[in-house]
Amino acid sequence: MTNKDLSLYIHIPFCERKCLYCDFLSGPADAHLRDTYVQALLLEIESYRNTPLAKQNITTVFVGGGTPSILTEEQMTAVFEKLRDVFAFRNDCEITIEMNPGTVTEEKIKCYLKNGINRVSIGLQSPDDELLKRLGRIHNYQQFLDTYQMLRAAGVKNINIDLMSALPGQTVAMYCDGLQKVLELEPEHISAYSLILEEDTPFYEMYNNGRILLPDEETDRLMYERTGEILYKAGYGRYEISNYAKTGFECRHNTVYWERGDYLGIGLGSASLIGHCRFKNTSDLNVYTEKWLAGNGAEVQRMEEEQLTEKDEMEEFMFLGLRMMGGVSKEKFRRQFGQDIQAVYGDEIEQLMKQELLACSDDGSRISLTKKGIDVSNYVFEQFLL
Amino acid sequence: MSQIDQSKIRNFCIIAHIDHGKSTLADRIIEKTGLLTQREMQAQVLDNMELERERGITIKAQTVRIVYKAQDGEEYIFNLIDTPGHVDFNYEVSRSLAACDGAILVVDAAQGIEAQTLANVYLALDHDLDVFPVINKIDLPSADPDRVKEEIEDVIGLEAHDAPLISAKNGIGIEEVLEQVVAKVPAPDGDADAPLQALIFDSIYDSYKGVIVFCRIKEGRVRKGTKIRMMATGASADVVEVGYFGAGQFIACDELSAGMVGYITASIKNVKDTAVGDTITDAANPCAQPLPGYKKVNSMVYCGMYPADGAKYPELRDALEKLQLNDASLNYEPETSVALGFGFRCGFLGLLHLEIIQERLEREYNLDLVTTAPGVIYKVFKTNGEVIELTNPSNLPDPSEIEHMEEPIVSAEIMVTTEFIGPIMELCQERRGVYLGMEYMEETRALLRYDMPLNEIIYDFFDALKSRSRGYASFDYDLKGYVPSQLVKLDVLINKEEVDALSFIVHKDGAYERGRKMCEKLKEEIPRHLFEIPIQAAVGGKVIARETVRAMRKDVLAKCYGGDISRKRKLLEKQKEGKKRMRQIGNVEIPQKAFMSVLKLDDRK
Repeated sequence: MTNKDLSLYIHIPFCERKCLYCDFLSGPADAHLRDTYVQALLLEIESYRNTPLAKQNITTVFVGGGTPSILTEEQMTAVFEKLRDVFAFRNDCEITIEMNPGTVTEEKIKCYLKNGINRVSIGLQSPDDELLKRLGRIHNYQQFLDTYQMLRAAGVKNINIDLMSALPGQTVAMYCDGLQKVLELEPEHISAYSLILEEDTPFYEMYNNGRILLPDEETDRLMYERTGEILYKAGYGRYEISNYAKTGFECRHNTVYWERGDYLGIGLGSASLIGHCRFKNTSDLNVYTEKWLAGNGAEVQRMEEEQLTEKDEMEEFMFLGLRMMGGVSKEKFRRQFGQDIQAVYGDEIEQLMKQELLACSDDGSRISLTKKGIDVSNYVFEQFLL
Repeated sequence: MSQIDQSKIRNFCIIAHIDHGKSTLADRIIEKTGLLTQREMQAQVLDNMELERERGITIKAQTVRIVYKAQDGEEYIFNLIDTPGHVDFNYEVSRSLAACDGAILVVDAAQGIEAQTLANVYLALDHDLDVFPVINKIDLPSADPDRVKEEIEDVIGLEAHDAPLISAKNGIGIEEVLEQVVAKVPAPDGDADAPLQALIFDSIYDSYKGVIVFCRIKEGRVRKGTKIRMMATGASADVVEVGYFGAGQFIACDELSAGMVGYITASIKNVKDTAVGDTITDAANPCAQPLPGYKKVNSMVYCGMYPADGAKYPELRDALEKLQLNDASLNYEPETSVALGFGFRCGFLGLLHLEIIQERLEREYNLDLVTTAPGVIYKVFKTNGEVIELTNPSNLPDPSEIEHMEEPIVSAEIMVTTEFIGPIMELCQERRGVYLGMEYMEETRALLRYDMPLNEIIYDFFDALKSRSRGYASFDYDLKGYVPSQLVKLDVLINKEEVDALSFIVHKDGAYERGRKMCEKLKEEIPRHLFEIPIQAAVGGKVIARETVRAMRKDVLAKCYGGDISRKRKLLEKQKEGKKRMRQIGNVEIPQKAFMSVLKLDDRK
């Protein structure tokens, strides 16, 4: 019997400074706290030694944050040595690290490559320095370029650039120009998503006080439409609502989330799906480090454990699968749940197709969002809750 | 206590404007006379409904008997009848007063006389009660007892020089109040050997005892086994038990006789048989005529009440049934709305009564309700000579069949400090009030008299009055009669479909303004859909106002990284849950809240 595949997510909850729109589990911390955290992280990885998970094939790893590139070379190397020691990495494993311009040096990049990292995701957000300031980013466009060139020079062959649209004061023309500018660099992958106002962020407050003005929905949708057109012309396909790649460079790690493969989250607040079970680590940094260093890490692992019912899984199958432009496969549904998708969602699919929010592939084997369906995808997904 | 000396009985009530401390004084009197220890006292013993305590109002009349040993060394029996304090319950107040021989008038030492103070005093004097004033809240920094005394003498014409100066809250001056009750409230008269004649001033339903009738024995006597007859309703029954009121409990006794206040149980199942104001007599030896003043209480305000969850209809029906056991003035009958499904058209004494019933249904019976705009009873005179009493706007006949319509008007009295006379007159004008006159109570306060259409005051008049006078205006009204009026039915169309639950009757001059405000409000409340939704107000098929809910262009979670899928699921579930609680009209989902939001439209805060 072949072993199951497994993806790993490693969370580094540190950054130089919190951006004004960010609601991720991350914040600035001193060197001592960062070091303590890495010690705890190593202990958590160690805890999986000799478990069934350690026998699964690791096909993707994603080191996310925060700004993981804030860690020192020694810290990063320690994490990867421990990971490789405990888990069974496949040779063709996709290993991504997130970084922000201005936090990387040539030495760090060398260290990443030595540890097998083969994909880098850079948070640029915008090539417009004025907008970067408005977002509370720590870098400017030139610093990004320096980082990018450094990565290319070191031989990194798979780079993603994160971009945001619908930013305060941004026009469609500004946005498109920026996108063209970035395309000149020919990254393999682009994530382009519109700003989401999250509660409890400074932006949310500023918006409510009228201190920032955001483009209206029409503009937002126009930017989205343009993104697709421009990137299509440049040879990038949209394979998920907000993700574009040259052929063969689709992010395998994120695809695991949308296809509901097994993944294990390690580090503060990380979420996991293993078989029929979802669980999460504690989100309290002090609790996380104290418990692991005191040898009681198990207490803050696998919290909010949730056994998914078949109903839950069918719903997830639909609302995650439909995020991908390829949509969901009827055959795969039947294979996973032992019944026809029509029997479960026939009415909903018919209704949504009538509203032109869903479409069927020419051979009838797959169902996916239409262009209109993407714009109101939450509405579409909601229909699949049983 | 088998034989009670009639000359030692004092039957009295406390009257006051809302918040002047009536219930607090009642509590102190009960405490002072040793009926309950302090520890046993719940704050405000007499207001025993949770809602009453929370709102600081008395809804049902409450009664308690206490024994007071006076300074003259004699023991007196006090029957304290606490009356409802709101205009909605005027008739109940008047019957409670009719059960008394005297009244304590409580006036706030800072605020002085208010509209309800006057209304209540006049009501008490109408019933020949001996009224004596008490000045409360003298411990307040803003208290001005001398001014208030003067005001009482000038405005009401009551002797006030020896009015006790008290603080009910802090128990100051209570003894003096009790002594004045002995001295100033007359002992009841009435002949215990005459045929039975007893006034019903309240009745409640108890699941063990059946209906418990609260009554004042005017003449004669009643005991277990007496066969009694209610003179107005004609119902008769054998008395099972008689007794008097302890604090929060019923204490049985052998007999009630002339001058006494107490209760009777007689295996009566329905409070409708024991109408407030009716006279009880001995079926075998009836009195010559009933006591004066009985009238059947009619509902003045109507609205539709629907369960938010259609499946809860039977629960709503049961709850209304139970509430009605205790509240003969609540009417209801089943009705159906296209928009809201199965529900009831309910009749109330007034808006407060409506709100109370609504809150009790929601709290005590755990029901989620959608109510339609409250309306009054319109008289529709049809061309064929038929007259309809219209309580549901949807039932208005075709305009071609209507000869004319009439609406109820009230005489309103508004007391206001002089600086706010302008804004208040303006408000009354807006509400189609007809100015009758103004009297100065003293230099700084005036009493305005208006005739006003009832349908203009049942929505939000009270709120508007308070906000435009910074809380200084007080208000009282009495139903006066019906007058012809130019009324139209205003319909609301959502996505071209008429929503019956939103229709209402309005004066033709106010239709545009009201229609416009309703459309604006609905626009705020109706979430955007995948398509554009026109909201229109129409009179007789002609659109007079319009708003549009724009189509939803974007509802997308752009970023869905990270494995925390549970969080995303929760967002979707919340969204879906929100829609479950909406009403479907055509293909538009309307939140329950939208139906309620149109009830309060006065935007001049």
